[in-house]
Amino acid sequence: MGKTLTEKVLGRKAGRDVQAGEVVSVSPDYVLSHDNSAAIIKEFLKLGVKKVKAPEKIVIVLDHIVPAADEKYAQNHKSIREFVAAQGIPNFFDINAGICHQVLPEQGFALPGLVIVGSDSHTPSYGALGAFATGIGRTETACTWATDEIWLRVPETMRIDLRGRFRRGVFAKDLSLKLIGDHGAEMANYKAVEFAGPAAGDLSVGSRLTLANMSAEMGAKNGYFAPDEKALKWLEGRARRPFSAVASDPDASYESVLAYDLDALEPQVACPHTVDNVKPVSAVAGKPVNQVLIGTCTNGRLDDLEAAAAIFRGRKVHPAVRVLVIPASWQVYREALASGALAALVEAGCVILNSGCGPCLGAHEGLMAAGEVCLSTSNRNFQGRMGHRDSEIYLASPATAASTAVTGRITDPREFS
Amino acid sequence: MSHGTVWKYGDNVNTDVIFPGRYTYQIMTPEEMAKHAMEDLDPAFAKGVKPGDIVLAGKNFGCGSSREQAASSLKAAGVQAIVARSFARIYFRNAINLGLAVLQSDEAVDALETGDPVDLDLARGEIRSAKGTFRFLPLPPSVLGLIEAGGLIEYTRKKLEREQE
Repeated sequence: MGKTLTEKVLGRKAGRDVQAGEVVSVSPDYVLSHDNSAAIIKEFLKLGVKKVKAPEKIVIVLDHIVPAADEKYAQNHKSIREFVAAQGIPNFFDINAGICHQVLPEQGFALPGLVIVGSDSHTPSYGALGAFATGIGRTETACTWATDEIWLRVPETMRIDLRGRFRRGVFAKDLSLKLIGDHGAEMANYKAVEFAGPAAGDLSVGSRLTLANMSAEMGAKNGYFAPDEKALKWLEGRARRPFSAVASDPDASYESVLAYDLDALEPQVACPHTVDNVKPVSAVAGKPVNQVLIGTCTNGRLDDLEAAAAIFRGRKVHPAVRVLVIPASWQVYREALASGALAALVEAGCVILNSGCGPCLGAHEGLMAAGEVCLSTSNRNFQGRMGHRDSEIYLASPATAASTAVTGRITDPREFS
Repeated sequence: MSHGTVWKYGDNVNTDVIFPGRYTYQIMTPEEMAKHAMEDLDPAFAKGVKPGDIVLAGKNFGCGSSREQAASSLKAAGVQAIVARSFARIYFRNAINLGLAVLQSDEAVDALETGDPVDLDLARGEIRSAKGTFRFLPLPPSVLGLIEAGGLIEYTRKKLEREQE
């Protein structure tokens, strides 16, 4: 019987033939952490070893609170910089790089066939390029630094076959929300999600990153696309090391298969306070908002800023709305400067912030007061996540976000495009 | 075997309401973390929880962020175990790695309510209460070993010590 991509990647690492359900112990190719490295270092120091086992595999990206919002965060960053220097960790990105889930693909760490673990729940993003990538906790990250080893259960796979084409005003974010709304926030708990079918190859790498990123909100262990010509071309000039791409066999075994027709999809919005509380934009249109956030590891790439800029050109942000724009990385920031997208956003009245996670996780930069409402392109709308517990978050695509920013009320982007 | 009281919640209890993001990147002692446990879900929890209590919940407990304080804050607050219909995967790993028992039993979740007194027997895989005895699959020996060692850090520290000898 054939194998899935996940079975092949983990089997190659384990040095034997494996199938879903088995537990393997593997030495990962990269171990990601971010600002939480400060807490991981504290755990690592309890282990009684002086040096990390494989410094070249550790990738640390400061992105959650950059620049530091107060002296406690500054102390965290300082302790991380000192540890990086003392341990000789070569892959360190300071506050002028971007969100880890954009930096790792751009900088050529996220490669087909690799095993990447990260102490961040959106680590599955790298599956967009055919890696096996999954989120772990801080304690486990500390132990992996010390041992260069981690156990993983080989997950069963859910395949999602895509056909057709997105209509005007509809994007990968809308598809991800539709999937989660239809099947619930634990639709793929413990499982791998393979995005396949004739339309998968048509999707841009940016769209693939959005979908693999949002597989975390399906509960998935990893989410991925088969690495095709488009992915390999995108990696040209970026890949840091040789790699050997693998894809699922045609006769691989899937636990379940879903099919979605992109032509039938309309813009979607996830309503408070869960990601699976999803409605078509028409059902919530007209709801007034106080803030709009365009950015994050889900939707802060050039495609996303361009989609927003297309709506903002010749229009202004509604006077009752604050719009925060955060390019996902400095590379995206520079590209959006060059393309004119940033100029259009600033002209319209958007506030541009440093590349990073911004207010998405509720630590700084644009948190909400009681009773306020934000429409965000991020991935989570949990109660209290972006400020006061009596504030509300709606999730949508960058086009829906920009349209909403212009009218001050949740708006169908097809009215503008 | 431990004795405590039930705190019951619904489906999809996420890590943001268990331990809010505004505290996640501040380094805190376990006692400080315990004060914020469940802050955005149930403000009464941190004040009322006692050592030995268990948290009962529906599907997908601990979904969302990988933040470990969502497990460690409950452990620091004295929670002996979480019994749910299902767990989000990172939460499940984190809890075990921190030595916090995560158990699955639909029957217990159906029958028990907030305030019910219960006895928990991890080794036998039983929750006993006036409303009945509920069985959960006993944890595999490797996982029980991790919990008994006090979590993954202690377990790994001992393993590394043995390797160096």
